[in-house]
Amino acid sequence: MAARIGAATRRAPLQILLAVVALLWLVPTIGLFLTSLMPPDLISAEGWWKIFSQPSLATFDNYRAVFDDQDLMTALWTTVQIAVGNTVLLVLVSAMAGYAFAWLPFPGRDPLFVVVIALLVVPLQTALIPIFSLYQTTGLFDTVLGLVLFHTAFGLPFGIFLMRNFFIGIPKDLLESARIDGASELTIFFRLVLPLGLPAIASLAIFQFLWTWNDLLVALTFGRETQPITVAVFTQLRQFGGNIELIAPASFISLAIPLAVFFAFQRYFAQGLLAGSVK
Amino acid sequence: MAVAGASPTAGPGPDDAPSSGRDRLRRAATTAVFLGPALVLLGVWVVYPTVRTIVRSFFDRDGSSFVGLDNYESIFTTDTLVTALQNNALWVAIVPAFITAIGLIFAVLTERIRWQVAFRTAVFMPMAISLFAAGVIWRIMLDKDPERGAVNASISAVQDAFGPAGVLERAQPSTPRLRGSTTSGFVLATPIRAGDHALLGLTAIPPAQVPPDATQAAVPRAGPGAVTGAVWRDFRPGGGRPGVVERGEQGIPGATVELREGDRVVATTTTQDDGGFRFEDVGGGTYRVAIAKETFAAPFTGVSWLGPKLITPSVMFAYIWVWAGFSMVIIAAGLSSISREVLEAARTDGATEWQVFRRVTAPMLAPVLSVVFITMIINVLKVFDIILSVAPASSQDDANVIALAMWRTSFGGVNDFGLGSAIAVFLLLLVLPVLALNIRRFRREQ
Repeated sequence: MAARIGAATRRAPLQILLAVVALLWLVPTIGLFLTSLMPPDLISAEGWWKIFSQPSLATFDNYRAVFDDQDLMTALWTTVQIAVGNTVLLVLVSAMAGYAFAWLPFPGRDPLFVVVIALLVVPLQTALIPIFSLYQTTGLFDTVLGLVLFHTAFGLPFGIFLMRNFFIGIPKDLLESARIDGASELTIFFRLVLPLGLPAIASLAIFQFLWTWNDLLVALTFGRETQPITVAVFTQLRQFGGNIELIAPASFISLAIPLAVFFAFQRYFAQGLLAGSVK
Repeated sequence: MAVAGASPTAGPGPDDAPSSGRDRLRRAATTAVFLGPALVLLGVWVVYPTVRTIVRSFFDRDGSSFVGLDNYESIFTTDTLVTALQNNALWVAIVPAFITAIGLIFAVLTERIRWQVAFRTAVFMPMAISLFAAGVIWRIMLDKDPERGAVNASISAVQDAFGPAGVLERAQPSTPRLRGSTTSGFVLATPIRAGDHALLGLTAIPPAQVPPDATQAAVPRAGPGAVTGAVWRDFRPGGGRPGVVERGEQGIPGATVELREGDRVVATTTTQDDGGFRFEDVGGGTYRVAIAKETFAAPFTGVSWLGPKLITPSVMFAYIWVWAGFSMVIIAAGLSSISREVLEAARTDGATEWQVFRRVTAPMLAPVLSVVFITMIINVLKVFDIILSVAPASSQDDANVIALAMWRTSFGGVNDFGLGSAIAVFLLLLVLPVLALNIRRFRREQ
């Protein structure tokens, strides 16, 4: 007992240090939230910490204004469409390709997979200009579909890599016996492989959802009217200072959903990171 | 750090089935169904545009004439682009190392606490937030005005605790006998002995800056063994005589006055509301009297974190805040895979904690550390969103980096697709070594 207390007190400085660090890490996000609660007439004059001394200042007026703002609400809906559409499409396409790379024999399989690995690090900047021109001529410019396809294509190298490495761990006997029973590859894929691959699929899905939800660059390039929330806030930010009562709550809403996803599926997110840290 | 476990050689070989023509056709069709969508997407959206961009980079802004390497030359000769290159070099030199080190420190330290999950969640959380929103967060935190920016407010609080602002911002001596400046303090050239008066007159003080509790200036009565005097605003409507305390002239309260012997300060005091001050029990020597520079200490108006000079370090700081959690989680996973027995064995052999870390933990972690480091180099080369949100328009030229320069050149008003393509290709060239590294690692695993 005494020894345990001794050990605890010896660690007290470390505990305090880490508590301070954790707090410092949380403060900026809390600060954004409290800023968004400041009354509109005070928001550009006073710091958010004033709310601690005058809790009565806090108000949800800014949020009401955001929810009444048609443009921002449209942007939020656009973001949902892009993020969900992209996540579903990417998971499906990479799982199928990952399965092919893992279990379907075809000529040139390994060299092709090396190409996929090579594409892992290609910066998406390399594709912006030609795709911009392509979208202008095909009518994909300024559409949700155009953004979804671009995100999916650039998510694929990582998705295929992740799924292939996961599927290859499925016992060969399992697949062989299904084949002997006469199941087609598609049946095997949807009935057997996909359910087995759920942990990897979850990691990939969360990863991709956050990635597209948080994207600014792609949407800024290929959209005008089709604005996700990041672009909408960015447009407001260009006149920073006057309209922070809109920027702060809108930013907080835009990060609340990823945060919720993050807290709900933290484990899968960390796994995805571990698997993908070659990206 | 791929999902470890299965050996990658387990796939069925091409030799296991004696295949008829129809069989082969069906298998080819199956493969096409599984692989087709991915190959089309990668081909049209990644491979084709990359080739196209490389070709485009040798043509001029509207693509009509071949210009050879001119665009590449422009990268190194255009001012904003050179700034971008320099900044990106700084990013690569500083940020990955910091992020890896912080992640390592956090991962190791949190091994010893019970609430490590809570700590790691707090530090990891910014990873879920967009870099853009993280930028908005720091734009608010780093506001120059200490009333609004939390960082400057903290600095202001600390500074006030150690050295509060002076009573005056600026002033000039009213007679040539008083020498010096507001940054060094003003010294009266006349030597002073016990019993003397020291008259320290100041002018050029805006009326609004005279402290509100100032009253009619007055010099305290001289006494044996004492040096007395006044610091006052040696000016009244209509002029007045310099160097003389007159009716209508105000004292400066709260000024710090020093009694010096040679260069040494032997006593300090603060003036009264009428500007008067008194040093008692002064010895027999001769002294100088000075208004100390603390009197003119400027109030803290905030560090300009988002101004042109500090913008790059500020954005880096915000970026490290976001990515430290990534590094910590990856390194912590590597740490937990190190066998406890090896560590215990080292401790049993009498190694100190530091030795265990230096000689056992760190070498075993080396592969993980290098993965984090390389990943961060790639990320840092492509840094974009956070700069747009942290840096106000006025500092964006100074915060420029390659990815941002590429975008601004191509889409942000300049609309030079030739130069934009060249910058994109340059970025691609920078990540090529990592590409080679990945392929080599894959080949080795095979």
